[in-house]
Amino acid sequence: MDILIVIEDNNSKIHRMGLESIAAAQSISKDKGFSIGVLVMGGNAEGLSTEVSKYDVSEVLKLNNDIISSYSSDGYAEAVKQVIEQENPKYVFFGHTYQVRDYVPKISAKLMKPFLVDNVSINKDGEKFIFTKQMFNAKLYSDMVAKDNGPLLISFQSAAFSADNAQSGSASIRDISVDIDSSMIKTESDEPFQEEAGGMDLTAAEVIVSIGRGIGKEENIPMAQDLAKAIGGELASSRPVVDSGWLSAPHQIGSSGQSVSPKMYLALGISGAIQHVVGMKGSKNIVAINKDPEAPIFEIADYGVVGDVVEIIPKLSEALKEN
Amino acid sequence: MKIAVLIKQVPGSDSSLPIQNDASWINEEAITYVMNESDNYALEEALQIREQNGNGEVVVISLGPDRVQKVIREGLAKGADRGIQINVDSVGAVDPLVNASLIADAIKEEKFDIVFSGLQSDDLGMGQTGIILGEMLGMSTASLVMETEISDGRIKVKRELEAGYFQWVTMDLPSSITIQSGLNTPRYPSLKGIMGAKKKEINVLTPEVGQSKQSMEKVYIPQSDKQTVMIDGSADQIVEKLVETFRNDIKVI
Repeated sequence: MDILIVIEDNNSKIHRMGLESIAAAQSISKDKGFSIGVLVMGGNAEGLSTEVSKYDVSEVLKLNNDIISSYSSDGYAEAVKQVIEQENPKYVFFGHTYQVRDYVPKISAKLMKPFLVDNVSINKDGEKFIFTKQMFNAKLYSDMVAKDNGPLLISFQSAAFSADNAQSGSASIRDISVDIDSSMIKTESDEPFQEEAGGMDLTAAEVIVSIGRGIGKEENIPMAQDLAKAIGGELASSRPVVDSGWLSAPHQIGSSGQSVSPKMYLALGISGAIQHVVGMKGSKNIVAINKDPEAPIFEIADYGVVGDVVEIIPKLSEALKEN
Repeated sequence: MKIAVLIKQVPGSDSSLPIQNDASWINEEAITYVMNESDNYALEEALQIREQNGNGEVVVISLGPDRVQKVIREGLAKGADRGIQINVDSVGAVDPLVNASLIADAIKEEKFDIVFSGLQSDDLGMGQTGIILGEMLGMSTASLVMETEISDGRIKVKRELEAGYFQWVTMDLPSSITIQSGLNTPRYPSLKGIMGAKKKEINVLTPEVGQSKQSMEKVYIPQSDKQTVMIDGSADQIVEKLVETFRNDIKVI
């Protein structure tokens, strides 16, 4: 096996980033003739393996037992480590999800194999691959190479590859097993829960007015609320605004908040850190206002204004009300 | 309770980031350095736990050249008891496996109950060192932690999951835990703290650095493939053009 993809269970469905990993593996496998194995594990492995077998991969590996039926970092790390040792792939692909960040570094430590994280692209350089990652909040990119013969652990940033490009096909399913003892599990996990559930659903909003650190202070929040009202949109924010307690958690857009794709996303004083961008880059039109002309938000904006949001917001509200 | 806090010194978010002529790294002399944001929250959590317990020790550990002593001193000024600098060249400090090994060697005899670190650095963003270190030292681990509670030799942490979900995880100590920004309010150093920090010990270690298993080939400014229409002028002109754009181009009003 050349590439092993580890798929994540997202409420009994294939995590979208798992399909993106399949698309990534397929994109480099064509001219190399790589074989692709996909590992599904945990309590929903049965149903997930059937879903994954509908894609153009070499085979699906299905793994479940009492200890890994639900997620624990120790259980998953040990299980995937053993599968890697059994199958000896050249590359192991993951989506760069929160779960992957939690347990895959442990596999890196167990095997002393490098984990090249959060890549946005793969490029071929002779026989080896160059993996590109963002640094400094996406202000710079770096081409990374492994100095190891593998297996190499590789994760991809959300939307680095499109799930729509995952080619369908028909793959065989193989049951596999690992040898795990409950004494290896050092954690006890309660059920996942949501706070302030049922608050706001920003996913249906046509226009989102989203504020970031550039709003400056809590006293400026009403002017943003006023603008959202004037334009007929919903108010949202990046993480620092919620961390500061200026807006409640359900307003947050990004990897730890909601993912939205409105007709217009008005990003006000938002620098464009990747944790925020993954939650809004699917918006049809992105309009960004920021004091810093170098802010990464301008990389993805359709319309950009270099300016002070605190000055522009009240004038914009006024102009919209006059219309 | 003996707590280690891993602190990285990184370029401030407003710092310029000039790239070296050979594209191997940024020109460090032109950088304004600060304490990594999530590490600052990790330090605060450690200090609060020590204060709640009424005893214990908080040790700040930073890996890098002599410039990192500045963030160690900052940690000491906020109340940490002592510091450890693992003196390595910053370009050599790319690989989390190498970095975690160096830290593991430096602290394995210390028997820390907890190692706190920020969930990832704002420069390279590898997000692995704390977890790898925990695994190397046989500690329990948890990432993206938003709240901690300690009782009876165990630690209970609230982990952030995706899409607004959270999960409580309980673990035996010792434990290596990566902290998400926003879980507390980091303090500023007091004048007394700043003065006191000068007398506190920083142990400087100069270990041999192992072979990196991943490295940076080239650092560069990304080329955007998106055409951004820039709107400029006075504030009034900008507002006028924005309203036109909303109406005629995006058609939302």
